[in-house]
Amino acid sequence: MSTTPFSATAHTLAAERRESVAKGLLGLATALLVLPLVGIIGLLVVKGWPALTWEFLLTDPAAGMIAGGNYPAIIGTLWLIGVSLTISAPVGVLAAIYLNEYAGDNWLTRIIHLAIVNLAGVPSIVHALFGVGAFVLFLGLGTSILSAALTLAVMTLPVIIASTREALASVPLAFRHACWALGASRWQTIRHIVLPNSISGILTGVILQVSRAAGETAPIMFTGAAFYLPFLPASVRDQCMALSMHLFTLSTQVPGVPPAFPYATALVLLTLVVAFNLVSIIFRSYLRSRRKW
Amino acid sequence: MRRALPFSRFGERLIEAAIVLCGLSAIFFVIAIFLFVFLSGADFMLHRLDWVEFLTSAEWYPTSVSNKRYGTLALIAGTASVTGLAMLIAVPFGLGTAVFISEFTYGKAKEILKVVVELLAAIPSVVWGFIGLAMMNPLIIDLLNAPIGLNVLNGGIILGLMSVPIIVSIGEDALKAVPDSFREASLALGATRWQSVYKVLFPAARSGLLAAVLLGVGRGIGETMAVLMATGHAVKIPTSPLDSVRTLTATIAAELGETARGSDHYQALFAIGVLLFGITFVVNLTADLLVRGVRRK
Repeated sequence: MSTTPFSATAHTLAAERRESVAKGLLGLATALLVLPLVGIIGLLVVKGWPALTWEFLLTDPAAGMIAGGNYPAIIGTLWLIGVSLTISAPVGVLAAIYLNEYAGDNWLTRIIHLAIVNLAGVPSIVHALFGVGAFVLFLGLGTSILSAALTLAVMTLPVIIASTREALASVPLAFRHACWALGASRWQTIRHIVLPNSISGILTGVILQVSRAAGETAPIMFTGAAFYLPFLPASVRDQCMALSMHLFTLSTQVPGVPPAFPYATALVLLTLVVAFNLVSIIFRSYLRSRRKW
Repeated sequence: MRRALPFSRFGERLIEAAIVLCGLSAIFFVIAIFLFVFLSGADFMLHRLDWVEFLTSAEWYPTSVSNKRYGTLALIAGTASVTGLAMLIAVPFGLGTAVFISEFTYGKAKEILKVVVELLAAIPSVVWGFIGLAMMNPLIIDLLNAPIGLNVLNGGIILGLMSVPIIVSIGEDALKAVPDSFREASLALGATRWQSVYKVLFPAARSGLLAAVLLGVGRGIGETMAVLMATGHAVKIPTSPLDSVRTLTATIAAELGETARGSDHYQALFAIGVLLFGITFVVNLTADLLVRGVRRK
């Protein structure tokens, strides 16, 4: 092959070869991550599908959990995420409003920031210990939905604060300036300008936390989730079953469970969690597409 | 509107007080978590626990009749081995994926890959544990001829897959924080994309990438359900990846329900909680300092 002044040098060719090798390897790493996701979901569907009937979803477990369904666990999970969200969402949103709209750049803000980072990093089992010490024993709430939901609320709080803060920060400063210039107070500006323009972003973050709370097991194990309680809770002072806890119980604690049961339970839990996630993801991309600024 | 003003002033004060109160809630809860976990075991920790034995002995026999011993070294080794193996898997895959998504994909493909990573992060830890138990366990027994498939290898792979999403998303943020002018300058000088990545972007995003790894480590150390279900229940220092182990977190989860409230054993579990709190506190603090160092630049 003859070389012209415009053909690539050996050096360039080598660099390009390395480029395609690197790109191939990085792409492979990415593909190898997609694989387990597909594999796991596929396996759960294939193995759990036979047991997944309306009866499984809508009846109580029976005969020491080796028969029946997991209706109380589904309802229990809904109770837990409902109550925990009622507590964590307002506190988290107000905390984010403080950080984004009121707090100055000073030592207190830095300490709050540090606290949020560390709160987000506390292991879930330590949250469980805290829940036992603070809610079950100290506040005397006993092992109840309320104790478990409070524990979950503390756990999801830092992430709700972070995502809400991001949503608030995406509202341009000029909006606030315009509102202040019209004589509105700080709270009026937040109430009528900042919140309406960021509410969907806030909701996105909150929904994502719902899915996280639904999947947690360790924090509710000792604070309110029961192993086996084949009836529905009547109030927040009762204990309840939960899907995540039920999956743990079925797969490790009970002998003689039909093999498809834990798969089907995992599938129900995963469907619930992924559904919340997809809603939040779709919501977010819809928002992005119609943002006006 | 004007007539409503006196009341709305009052209402405004009220809501602003609530805002400040909630703003301080994170500080309150971090302190409360430490205090409650510490105080629940304080009597034992301060008076009867030998801290040197606690940290250096591998003998965890809290229920022995004649000679109760509270050494957590084997549990620490369990946590370290599983987390270590998990990081061997998660760091190359996580950073590789972060680079691929951030630098080599565009438009729709980028969005879809990000969603996949998010969904991977959304799988609850108890489901991961179940996968370790029901799927990886027989696989490891068959492929490696191991007597039991619930071991460091199983827990490490599961935990690795669980840590990847956090490394990807923080790593991608770190790469995104590098100004485009760096990339443009490098490409303009004739560098290929890959050359730009490892000669320009890696050095520029170094501390952010390190923070991503640290947060992955923090997640690994704190993970409970997955390692409880996937690593077997052997309190011993592992000598091979096929040994069963038990981690600090799994010990609390496995034993808390079976101890009498207020007993030494019960309080010893809270001592492990204090230890875990301390470890993750340091890891997260370091990661945060690194991330903020990036932002200041």
